[in-house]
Amino acid sequence: MGTAGALGATIAAGTLYYIEMTEANRERRARGRTADPVLIEASDLGLVRNGRTILDGVSLSIRRGQVVVVIGPNGAGKTSLLRVLLGLWEPSSGQLYRGRRLRVGYMPQRIQVDPILPLSVRRFLTLRHRAPLPRLREGLRQVGVPHLLDAPIQTLSGGEMQRVLLARALLGEPDLLVLDEPAQGVDVAGQGEVFNLIDRLRRDTGCGVLMVSHELHLVMAAADVVMCINQHVCCTGRPEEVSRHPEYQQLFPDAGLHGIGVYTHHHNHVHDLTGEVKPVGEATENSDDAR
Amino acid sequence: MLDDFVIRAVLAGLMVAVVAGPLGAFVVWRRMAYFGDTVSHSALLGVALGFLLGLNLNLLVTVVCVTVAVLLVFLQRRQELASDTLLGILAHSALSLGMVAVAFVEGLRVDLMAYLFGDILAVTRGDLAAIAIGGLLALVLLTILWRPLLAITVHEEIARVEGVPVLPVRLGLMLLIAVVIASAMQVVGVLLITALMIIPAATARRFARTPEEMGLLAAGFGVLAVLLGIWGSFSHDTPTGPSIVVAAMLVFVVLQFLPFSRSHHPQAPPPE
Repeated sequence: MGTAGALGATIAAGTLYYIEMTEANRERRARGRTADPVLIEASDLGLVRNGRTILDGVSLSIRRGQVVVVIGPNGAGKTSLLRVLLGLWEPSSGQLYRGRRLRVGYMPQRIQVDPILPLSVRRFLTLRHRAPLPRLREGLRQVGVPHLLDAPIQTLSGGEMQRVLLARALLGEPDLLVLDEPAQGVDVAGQGEVFNLIDRLRRDTGCGVLMVSHELHLVMAAADVVMCINQHVCCTGRPEEVSRHPEYQQLFPDAGLHGIGVYTHHHNHVHDLTGEVKPVGEATENSDDAR
Repeated sequence: MLDDFVIRAVLAGLMVAVVAGPLGAFVVWRRMAYFGDTVSHSALLGVALGFLLGLNLNLLVTVVCVTVAVLLVFLQRRQELASDTLLGILAHSALSLGMVAVAFVEGLRVDLMAYLFGDILAVTRGDLAAIAIGGLLALVLLTILWRPLLAITVHEEIARVEGVPVLPVRLGLMLLIAVVIASAMQVVGVLLITALMIIPAATARRFARTPEEMGLLAAGFGVLAVLLGIWGSFSHDTPTGPSIVVAAMLVFVVLQFLPFSRSHHPQAPPPE
């Protein structure tokens, strides 16, 4: 049994992860899904496309139940980083580890379906994973658009599409949820809902979340780890640490002026303090030295 | 009783229409009309090679079409030339290459018109069997690939992340198109095959609410076009292949003006 082996290795390494003990994970193991607490681990990723360096020496890891948010200015390589982590693009250098049988739910920035293709939301949701009608209804209700079940996908507004995309990503019961600008086009009230939903999901299902976002204040509230990139990693750490970092303040000068309300919260999880995760301060210094 | 060759012509036409309809839906959804043209234009090269090597023509046409299709898929991945430029180069080079190759085969008198516009009335029992086998194979493959194909058509990256083997599925579609083109060549000829795939699918769009409905309706409109076309060709003594395409076009035009509405299309239902 591969999963039992993985668990054995974890214990042998002298680390027992709290999150491993949850009901959701026991069930996940029983169904032959990845039980590895580390979902994705990337070290020293580099990406060069058409002679242009897009990513340089980016390292990060995402664990079960952790929300990692990537921020950075336009053209910083945020979406490119997601693509590499998703396996859509090959990195030019560095190592990428993805958990065995990792199930990923992916919500891209925006999608457009050609009107020539007759497709309802219901059909769109079940393109990959078949699901009974009540589950589809429940999925749409969760993201606040229960009335759209039979609507042609082309008639949705930007915000509605975002929600439907999120619903589809969730239907696959992912171990890792990857969101590219999840709040784009969603109204302000909806943004709060979306982030609350993401926060609840990771608590309920223990899935990891990786997202790129511009909505600094919301992101800061929802994140366990914030990584600010501009081709290289400028700084990384807990939200309140990143917001005090000089490179961050340089990239987002306005953020300081308007005073981002960083919502500091406590977790009963131990994963951000134990195991192989690099101490936050050290990671920050390293990435600075590399420049 | 109708003449034997007429029955064979009708049967060949119907079989091709039934496969070309649903496959044509994908050609339309994935904006591959020009791709179909390119592959079909290379069919003539297969004919010439078949004569040169003394092998079965249908087989070689299929092989050449598949080769060109696969070549296209890989060339498109390089992204240095725009897709339409690449297709333009390949389509016309392939057609010219085929015609030049035909001229090189000594003592060969190929009826070029028959290949360009089809010669459905000359379909033999052997051709019919080849079309039936090719068509059946294509339908089975299309049924297997339907869902993954649909997934990558809607959004290739989500599909890949969700575990759809994108490259094999795309190659499968190319193979399908090549097989259908090789079988349909005799019905409407290499210049008009794409029309038989895209016109019925386009006709079906406004009557369909799901992808499956659109595929089935396209097959139906294709059948209608074949029957009308063959009938018209007989009663007016016109070339059969082009007549079928004209019939498909007429069906499309007439149905565009037909008043028709369906509850969920094209407007979204009102919010609760």
